[in-house]
Amino acid sequence: MPFKTIYLLAILLSAMGILATTFTTNATLRSTTSAAESATDAPVKKDSATSVKAFANVYKVLMSPRCMNCHPAGDVPLQGDDSHLHTMAPRRGTDGKGLYAMKCSNCHQPTNTPGLHTPPGNPNWHLPPAAMKMVFEGRTPHQLAKQLADPKQNGGKNMEQLLEHANDELVLAGWNPGEGRTLPPMSHAEFAKAWTTWIKAGAYAPKP
Amino acid sequence: MAIIKCNINGREQSLDVDPQMPLLWAIRDVVGLKGTKYGCGVAQCGACTVHLNGEAVRSCVTKVSRISGQKVVTIEGLSANNDHPVQRAWQEIDVPQCGYCHSGQIMSAAVLLRENPNPTDEDIDTAMAGNICRCGTYLRIRKAIHLAAGMDRKVGRNE
Repeated sequence: MPFKTIYLLAILLSAMGILATTFTTNATLRSTTSAAESATDAPVKKDSATSVKAFANVYKVLMSPRCMNCHPAGDVPLQGDDSHLHTMAPRRGTDGKGLYAMKCSNCHQPTNTPGLHTPPGNPNWHLPPAAMKMVFEGRTPHQLAKQLADPKQNGGKNMEQLLEHANDELVLAGWNPGEGRTLPPMSHAEFAKAWTTWIKAGAYAPKP
Repeated sequence: MAIIKCNINGREQSLDVDPQMPLLWAIRDVVGLKGTKYGCGVAQCGACTVHLNGEAVRSCVTKVSRISGQKVVTIEGLSANNDHPVQRAWQEIDVPQCGYCHSGQIMSAAVLLRENPNPTDEDIDTAMAGNICRCGTYLRIRKAIHLAAGMDRKVGRNE
């Protein structure tokens, strides 16, 4: 079934008031992803003011613990809502997936582990690789916007790939962080809209 | 309940368990291998470390469903006669005090030496930081790993 048809159906069912209690968390995430993908399709005129304004919301999310904790300035990930250094000090390693007996997936399972402050899960849990650390921690809005838009600093992504990245499974995991962790400061759909607007309006960086 | 087929210590197993069951439960209570210990239950201490396809996973938070079709090695299967270099070094240095954490310590050390045959003190500290020892045997652990690094590694059945 074409994607837009699914989306329209979802809106129709929402109007009937039967959606709220029938979807699981993951399904809800997929629903917000759908909204985000729809936003990606909307035309946005290139405009620096619009772009910079949208980036203000992007920045709020990327600097929240759910995003920044895995984009640390050092080689040890951060942890918790106060972004302290990860207990046990696991190291980034060459591929971003840890070292020796301290690889991310040794504790981080494919899904969240039940219980308060237990390891959150994702099949692809990792930091950025050592060759391109994609640091968020400590970056100003200007620095972060420049970094994100530069394929030499953003993991080799062109603008189209950058747009798609809003729906990356590991990005989405930020909105399903496990018990005891706060969510990013806006919904994923709102974030995706801001992300898309920032990029489509020109991916401008705020003034330094 | 479901049948989970896997290989534990070189033997094919069919475990009739809840797929959500922690691997540690299955190893100890279903298969009957008691060498792997329960410590914290939330992947914080490392006492329950086993090898899953060669990686040092925490069995207390690893669901049995994750090991379906995979290869698990516990402390009992690390070598045929307790003669893995890490085990020999552990005995020679007499590393343990109470011993509770040491099956996990040894399983983590074995992964370190496989990937880094001649680790520095810093490498050892990095690799072993997730294995807590309340008796504080860390200096002997480090010494034993250096000793094991110099031993013949052509032993060990399932590593």
